[in-house]
Amino acid sequence: MNRRHPGLNLGEAHDSANDDAEKEVFGFWVFMMSDAILFGLLFATYVVLQGNLNGGPGPAELFEMPSVLIQTVLLLTSSLTAGLAQLAMKHELGTRRIVLWLLISLGLGLAFLTMEMRDFLTMTSKGGVPQASGFLSAFFALVPLHGLHVAATCLWLLALLGQIARYGTDDATKTAMLRLGILWHFLDVVWIGIFTIVYVGGLA
Amino acid sequence: MSDILLGRLDASALPWHELAIAKTGLEVISGIVGLTAALLAVLGALLVAAALTWWRLWGPLWRDWLTSLDHKKIGIMYVVLAFVMLARAVSEAGVMRLQQALGLGGGGIVTPDHFGQLFSTHGTIMIFFVAMPFITGLINYVMPLQIGARDVSFPLLNSVSLGLTAAGAALMMVSLVLQPFSTGGWSGYPPFTEAAFNPGAGPDYWIWAVTLSSLGSTLTGINFTVTLYKERCEGMHLMRMPMFCWTSLCTAILMIFAMPPLTVATGLLALDRYLGFHIFTNDGGGNMMMFANLFWLFGHPEVYILILPAFGVWNEVFSTFSGKGLFGYRALVMATMCIAILSFTVWVHHFFTMGQSADLNAIFGIATMAIGIPTGVKIYDWMLTMYKGRVRISVPMVYGIGFLFLFVLGGTTGVILANPSIDYQVHNTLFLVAHFHNMVIPGTLFGMIAGYTLWFPKAFGFRLNDRWGYRAAGLWIAGFLLAFFPLYILGLMGMPRRMVAYFEGAWLPWTLIALTGGALIGLALLCLAVQLTVSLRDRAALAVPVGDPWDGRSLEWALPAPVPAWNFPVLPVVEGRDSFMELKKNGDHLDRPRDGFADILLPRPSMVGPVIGAAGLVAGFALTWHIWWLTVLTLAVIVGAMVARGFVRDTEYTVPAAEVEARWNAWRALADASPRIRRRDEQRPANRGHAFPAAQEGEA
Ligand code: HEM
Ligand SMILES: [Cu+2]
Repeated sequence: MNRRHPGLNLGEAHDSANDDAEKEVFGFWVFMMSDAILFGLLFATYVVLQGNLNGGPGPAELFEMPSVLIQTVLLLTSSLTAGLAQLAMKHELGTRRIVLWLLISLGLGLAFLTMEMRDFLTMTSKGGVPQASGFLSAFFALVPLHGLHVAATCLWLLALLGQIARYGTDDATKTAMLRLGILWHFLDVVWIGIFTIVYVGGLA
Repeated sequence: MSDILLGRLDASALPWHELAIAKTGLEVISGIVGLTAALLAVLGALLVAAALTWWRLWGPLWRDWLTSLDHKKIGIMYVVLAFVMLARAVSEAGVMRLQQALGLGGGGIVTPDHFGQLFSTHGTIMIFFVAMPFITGLINYVMPLQIGARDVSFPLLNSVSLGLTAAGAALMMVSLVLQPFSTGGWSGYPPFTEAAFNPGAGPDYWIWAVTLSSLGSTLTGINFTVTLYKERCEGMHLMRMPMFCWTSLCTAILMIFAMPPLTVATGLLALDRYLGFHIFTNDGGGNMMMFANLFWLFGHPEVYILILPAFGVWNEVFSTFSGKGLFGYRALVMATMCIAILSFTVWVHHFFTMGQSADLNAIFGIATMAIGIPTGVKIYDWMLTMYKGRVRISVPMVYGIGFLFLFVLGGTTGVILANPSIDYQVHNTLFLVAHFHNMVIPGTLFGMIAGYTLWFPKAFGFRLNDRWGYRAAGLWIAGFLLAFFPLYILGLMGMPRRMVAYFEGAWLPWTLIALTGGALIGLALLCLAVQLTVSLRDRAALAVPVGDPWDGRSLEWALPAPVPAWNFPVLPVVEGRDSFMELKKNGDHLDRPRDGFADILLPRPSMVGPVIGAAGLVAGFALTWHIWWLTVLTLAVIVGAMVARGFVRDTEYTVPAAEVEARWNAWRALADASPRIRRRDEQRPANRGHAFPAAQEGEA
């Protein structure tokens, strides 16, 4: 069996689809690499600037661990459900099942974003605005960029659901799902970095 | 004073504003210079539009070019963009040379502020909108042909990259009319470019033009890398790829890793300027050194992004015009990779003087000097490629030989600068300016012009006129020597870079010589224009439709010129390096494909690229002038275009086998009817692109 992308189930007759999937997925990994550098540099900037409080509020006053923990759980669970959507695709459990898992992932993603926005608002109400210090500038350059990525991914997910509604699970939606999955998990990894370096590191 | 509709755009942005408020004679002249430049830009745009309307070319331009996903056409458009921007940036250099020649004791023709805009646009354009489009264009055109592919891996992405790059270039042109541009140089250092010191639109133009270009280049890097890994034809192992492909691969990888730091740098600077962040500010807990590090983490690999493709061209030039395979292929591959890796380990040499410890400076200094070693390997390999070859001093070879001499000198001055204690003396003097022009002009630019001359017949089916080519090459070399060698001396005499006026009489002779050199470079550019015109006129006599005018060695020369949309009638199978040369020696290159012809799928044209490009341009403009509604609107257009594209399924069209076969038959008939010419007739009209392999010339 020629299954270079076992997650896809494109079948024997789909040789060119297999080829396309191969390069699209590889290309997406490469894209993730450049995105990883982007985040890496923002982490570096944060680490350099985190001590510059400029007389403004610091992590202890601003971060709320319980809320951050819930966000972490939401995001990690959404990774699990996104994975389940892909398994449903692989084992051909039907479009309904795939869509269901995707919708759950979307819901979890949106819940994460809502909580994160709420956190940002509480922070700003305590004077934790980006204009206050180098530390907060670096924080607001890094963390919301991750949020923006999550939001963009949610939008992509919606567009993908639209495509599934229109075309069913054809080759194009299948490879798109594979790529979306990569991005979704990647954003989880970045979040774990944020959780560790920004939140835990900030409070330690 | 901010307007809902127009943001902060008001009458003071108009190009005659400087003139209108001028008080001194200098300000009047400076205003006239600025207004003339703006008028030239507008006039040029109008002329092009008029010509397109007159000849009814808007339709073909849109259908056959702007929306095309063909890597060859995209490549050509990149090169056209590069030449247009080159003309502007060289003109600006001329004005700057004139200013420094007249600037003794103050005076001259432009105000300090205007001068600041000139060196900022000049540098920004040369790096991002001349050199980058030129290398991207050449790689786009040549690389897929050399690896035996139908196209790049992501043709649509390719068109989007072009759109973004062109948008950045267009924003630079807009800044000529709705002024001002930044005065912060091509590297745009804060805190000078922060809102506290530069609240105006200038630095914002710089930020968005550069950001558009860096996004485009990141995507290009991804596209080329995947193409080189996934689209090679059967038998094209990595170690069989032509060297140009190797240098393209290393460049593409550098782009993936080096462009994001630039995006981060400009993005964070934008946060500082737009939202009052304190990342690079000198108050509020910011740290300017972060910018220096981020910028040069991009900036140093960038200089190798610029030079590696040129090295690739030199490989092809030296081996083709010496009638020999490359000497030391393996060593060249290794050297290329070493350079690519080392280029990430040296960025601190751009700010030795900015306060890190002497030990750190020493480490980076040594790392910097180490790059000279693989580069030296290459120089020897090229010389040994020529050794005992059948060397023809064609136009690309004139550039090539000029390159060998001049580039070694420039590299030597780089090693001098890499010594921190010396660098303290000459950093930010004209010595540095001489160094990098000495690398970029003989290295990158000569390489690009040589590549343009080499592959022009492939793209358009006729050679470029040789006489004008030699003139241009001679003028480029002489002009370069006169324009830049005096700068070494001036630098050692202590003249800082970016000086609008000075009070040291001893500098004057050298600035005058540099002015002469600038004039010669202007003439060289003119010769290139004449060359193109003359060649177009004489294209029948210069035609090389069979496609192999130089007795080439790699696969692109196996194809007719110009190359059909589908590149290869049947995807090739190769069995070694210099694959086409091997075929040619056995006379197999004219054989009908063994298994016949088949239908070919090609990407359909798409308007997504130009739409995203246009929206990117407007978004950059709207952001620069704080026109928020337009910013939101254009970003929505970009997102909408991407979502809509996801719903398109019918993305390819079929070229029937019969058409492919007919085209092949026509080419074969042409080849049979054309004489096989020897190298001594290369520059004669008899050269129809049907070569007699040099390897056999002695035997016959
Ligand atoms: C052996 C090779 C090279 C060495 C040792 C070298 C060394 C250096 C050093 C030490 C500097 C910083 C000097 C200062 O700011 O005081 C510098 C600047 C520069 N180099 Fe090179 N270089 C080499 C090759 C190249 C190449 C191949 C290019 C481009 C194609 C290049 C382009 C530049 C540019 C553009 C700058 C200055 C940027 C600016 O400050 O505006 N260099 N080089
Ligand atoms: Cu450098």
